[in-house]
Amino acid sequence: MKDHPLSNCEEKFVLAAIAENRRFDGRGVYIYRPIVILYGHDRGCCHVQIGCTRVLAQVSCEVIIPKQTRPNEGVLHMNVELSPMACPSFEAGKQSDYGVEVNRALERLLRDSLCIDLESLCIMSGEKVWQIRVDVHVLNHDGNLIDCSSIAAIAALSHFRRPDVTVSGEEVTIHPLDEKDAVPLSVNHIPLSVTFAFFDQGRTLLVDPTDQEERVMDGKMVVGINKHRELCMLHVSGKMLVLQDQVVRCVNIAAARVGEITDLIKDTLEKDNAARKSGKEFGFAKCLADVILGVDDLLKHYVDSMSVDTTSVGQTAKTVVDADGNRVQMEVDNAETGNVSIKVPGTGKMSTNTEGGAVTWCEGEESDSDVILLDKNDSTSSEVSSKQVSAVVELSDSEEESVLMTSQDLERTELSKSRAIETRENRGGRCRGKSFGGRNRGKRGRGNGQRYF
Amino acid sequence: MEDSIGKVVIPGDILQNLDEKKGKIKVTVGPGLIRDGSHIAVTKSGILRHREPSVFWVDCHQKRYVPARGDNVIGIVTAKQGDVFKVDIGSSEPASLSFMAFEAATKRNRPNLNVGDCVNAKLLVANKDCEPELVCIDSYGRSSGLGILPNEGFLLQCSIGLVRQLLRNKFNVLTFLGKAIQYEVAIGMNGRIWLHCHTVRETIAISNAICRSELMSDEEVQIMSKKVVDSLQGFE
Repeated sequence: MKDHPLSNCEEKFVLAAIAENRRFDGRGVYIYRPIVILYGHDRGCCHVQIGCTRVLAQVSCEVIIPKQTRPNEGVLHMNVELSPMACPSFEAGKQSDYGVEVNRALERLLRDSLCIDLESLCIMSGEKVWQIRVDVHVLNHDGNLIDCSSIAAIAALSHFRRPDVTVSGEEVTIHPLDEKDAVPLSVNHIPLSVTFAFFDQGRTLLVDPTDQEERVMDGKMVVGINKHRELCMLHVSGKMLVLQDQVVRCVNIAAARVGEITDLIKDTLEKDNAARKSGKEFGFAKCLADVILGVDDLLKHYVDSMSVDTTSVGQTAKTVVDADGNRVQMEVDNAETGNVSIKVPGTGKMSTNTEGGAVTWCEGEESDSDVILLDKNDSTSSEVSSKQVSAVVELSDSEEESVLMTSQDLERTELSKSRAIETRENRGGRCRGKSFGGRNRGKRGRGNGQRYF
Repeated sequence: MEDSIGKVVIPGDILQNLDEKKGKIKVTVGPGLIRDGSHIAVTKSGILRHREPSVFWVDCHQKRYVPARGDNVIGIVTAKQGDVFKVDIGSSEPASLSFMAFEAATKRNRPNLNVGDCVNAKLLVANKDCEPELVCIDSYGRSSGLGILPNEGFLLQCSIGLVRQLLRNKFNVLTFLGKAIQYEVAIGMNGRIWLHCHTVRETIAISNAICRSELMSDEEVQIMSKKVVDSLQGFE
């Protein structure tokens, strides 16, 4: 089925709003929608929400025979599923062009940046290695899928524990969870992506575009970067010209954003671990009770409880049960059904007690521990980015070999790419591995694997 | 039937005591109800509503539009085919709109409508297994408010329930805001609202206010409208 078409007036309006520096949800240009990260009951299950975009990532592992070319490295496999449930234009079954784009972006971000130490996944050289598989399911699509998936994937990988293995001679024992505690993957660093949408021939840019903005944008640039300002991926698509200083500006903004998101991921992981250790409740069921589904604060506005008589329904239910041959005895407690109230007309939130009826609209922002609005106003973010510019220059004389993004490097790449690059759909404008350091990170010593996390 | 008005009904319920009052009455059944032989059955779960003298329907939360004859809808032109436009109205199938179904249209004088433009039209044919058909004139050949919507303003997508609420309630967010802000609005039964104000800022504020009003009581809507108007006029 096709998605609903975009009308001319919508397109015109969104562009006019962007030209005035306004966004539909009242955000500033460099501000993310609220991000919610939840972890499931099982290890390696993570649900991430950015605004109304929702993604679920699940990590699983399997013992396989390694590739002959890399006999002592494990395998990291990424799989992105765009189901029609997320957006009517997605088709089930075969992967669409967009699906391939998202999948490839995640592979480049996570696998090619070596954020997971693959050598530690080797059980027996040339014979047995672990294959780590990340399944990313898109539950709802409201723009900025790559960022949401990247957060979900890396958070799920950090949350995951694989069974412990002992090797004695030729014999390999994989211990079940009750025998030996599972071991976490060694995560070297947390690469995250930040998407920029370009409008007006690259003159205006937005962070975290919504679906509506993505439909009218000229093109987008995805910057994959980690907290240590190491650039892992750069992906440009669309029909637009990118100027050299735009790229540098985007990388600086991305570096600032990624720091905040990394802190959020670490914070939520710590909370989840603490809850698991102390025997408190954890998992989606617990989290969803705390964070109401749908960050859209529409759902937080309750009207006064409206009493709706449900006695007839209760009686009907009882008669239905009776008609089934009295197999189930259902007690219809009149006193209790009398209290049943519908808190919100339309959504049918029913409850037998009096929880959750408060009107929160007039009381301003609710601060939820896991919900953060990444920036309060524009002025600070521009300050941050101006500071970061100077930081890049300082990095150039860094003694550490692994810090690859230096200002000279950046300049060199940009010059080699000439002043402006005409990019075609889904290609061009990619970083050359050398100067941005996507690939040659592998030279770094393996010994310091844990250092970054 | 009277005793279940305002109560929760679930699919499969049969509405009884229909003709108890006076032998034969003419009953109009709206969405969520269906005639099944001699009685009326419920097909959606929600709250049963009634309007004098004899209109019954079920209020429920729904986003998917199911075409019904006589509905005013807002469509987006997706293609021109021969002498008809294909118009997306959010239903499972695109609707067709004839070139001749506009006011003062002749074979020579065709309406100036391009792909992506919005129209406010009425559903003339809406059958189960049949392509819906739209018209932009009434039976006297006059436009009566229907027709091509100007290519400015904004098209808002919301739930069917909100649209019904806006059209049913005399005092809703639109009337409250209309006292202070000038705007044009066209509401389609398919959950689309076309909105045009003087400035982008007002359009954004009003469209957000409309979306938020869905789950609010009248008093809350009034408070919110006041806040919106105040902030637009630079107070607060």
